[in-house]
Amino acid sequence: MMEKMIFGRFIPGDSVVHRMDPRAKILFVFLFIAIVFVANNAWGYAILLGFTLLVVFLSKIRLYFLINGLKPVFILLIFTFFLHLFFTREGDLLFSFGFIEIYEEGLRQGIFISIRFLVLVFMTSVLTLTTSPISITDGIEVLLGPFKKIKLPVHELALMMSISLRFIPTLMDETGKILKAQMARGSDIGSGPMKERVKAVVPLLIPLFVSAFKRAEDLATAMEVRGYRGGEGRTRYRQLNWQLADTLSLVLLAGLTAVLWYFRA
Amino acid sequence: MNTEILSFENVTFTYNTEDETMRPAVENVTFSIESGEWIALVGHNGSGKSTMAKLMNGLLFPNEGKVKVFGHTMSEETLWDIRSQMGMVFQNPDNQFVGATVQDDVAFALENNGVPHAQMVERVHVALSQVKMEDYKDHEPHHLSGGQKQRVAIAGALAMRPKLLILDEATSMLDPQGRMEVIETIRRLRESTGLTVISITHDLEEAALAERIIVMNRGQKHVEGTPAAVFNEGSELTEMGLDLPFAMRMTHLLQEAGVALQEEHMTEDKLVDELWKYYSRA
Repeated sequence: MMEKMIFGRFIPGDSVVHRMDPRAKILFVFLFIAIVFVANNAWGYAILLGFTLLVVFLSKIRLYFLINGLKPVFILLIFTFFLHLFFTREGDLLFSFGFIEIYEEGLRQGIFISIRFLVLVFMTSVLTLTTSPISITDGIEVLLGPFKKIKLPVHELALMMSISLRFIPTLMDETGKILKAQMARGSDIGSGPMKERVKAVVPLLIPLFVSAFKRAEDLATAMEVRGYRGGEGRTRYRQLNWQLADTLSLVLLAGLTAVLWYFRA
Repeated sequence: MNTEILSFENVTFTYNTEDETMRPAVENVTFSIESGEWIALVGHNGSGKSTMAKLMNGLLFPNEGKVKVFGHTMSEETLWDIRSQMGMVFQNPDNQFVGATVQDDVAFALENNGVPHAQMVERVHVALSQVKMEDYKDHEPHHLSGGQKQRVAIAGALAMRPKLLILDEATSMLDPQGRMEVIETIRRLRESTGLTVISITHDLEEAALAERIIVMNRGQKHVEGTPAAVFNEGSELTEMGLDLPFAMRMTHLLQEAGVALQEEHMTEDKLVDELWKYYSRA
């Protein structure tokens, strides 16, 4: 199940969207999230859906792959749809069976909210699928740059993020090893009642924490020896490159806003 | 050629100076290393060799005596300047990998020292080709073997064009193949650039490759000399918990068994050479 889950995963590829500057992509997604709320009628939502599908198409991610990977999200989507369907009591009565009564406004709201939810999930997934975590970190670091003035430790936050990302696979491996070592000693993880299972996690977590602290200490030493003295006077190996496509994407977004505003009821 | 790179002058260091019963981790140690040398610092666990590594790069300062690197006495003021000219590779391959990919990691020290971008790209490329890892520049650390990670760590040090490379137990967590890769890389580097290398190790096979060995025991310098001279101490080294190289142990055992071998052998090849000559003589 974990393999199929695409939330927060990065799939390397070569498309217009893949090649975009991470700063542009992050800005684009954040602005898009705000713009989604401009739509308030069938036209608006149809345009949003069309626009999202266009972006997915440009990113060369197969729609089937996206839908398949987001299955857990769809359960939530269907749940919200029915919530609106059953509990909104406005407009004409369309259908009634026993205690179930469905109104026109309920159906409308259900569909609209679902579309809104869908385009948001699709758009953010496209961002994480086409941008490597390290590029996202770089993008965030630059975009948050202005906040250095109010003493926000932007560089440190970005470094923390990239080191955590770097150590996820290492710690996963380690967890696997500890799990096997504990199982070899007869510890039974993954069976029995909930309370027992929670208890069984403790002998897994403690060695993991101990080793994580050890690693952190070693890493700090290695960084210091390699001349790390905080963000001051540092140059960057990864350069971000703002190109025409990045400006165009934001122009396109402005266009979308105008169109949505025009069709707004 | 004969400029002094690093020296210890009567260096003593105790971890906790308040506790009177604490034995100094390093006691009255004096030695000096000249440019172009390959020195092995050997000793059993607790012999003080790791503490010496920390004294060399200014993670610790001596209680008594002086540590001089590149002619400057190690102090808070000279520390960063000295560190920028010295590369260091540690024991655990995973815990010194800072970057998300191989090339990011090699660039880390360059970024810290404010090297301009254009120069950085070139230096990263050169350093990676020196350790033969240029094909892996976009790889993530968890897709590399231990030996490959250590080679990347060496490249990270080389990118700064250091005058001195310190290997602090850099091969002790590797499998035999990874160990060979790393030793081979160092040997090649020394041939092509004449880099000064200090390898801190408890493996005498590795130490045998050095030009000079300094043996540490209980915080004190026990003996210093060429590998052949040091290994002559045989039983004393064994008592300190150090294992002689296999070829030497074999030579001793053969001699005890009455095989009249002519000389001491530090490598298996040389021992085999003499053995087949021995039989053709007999």
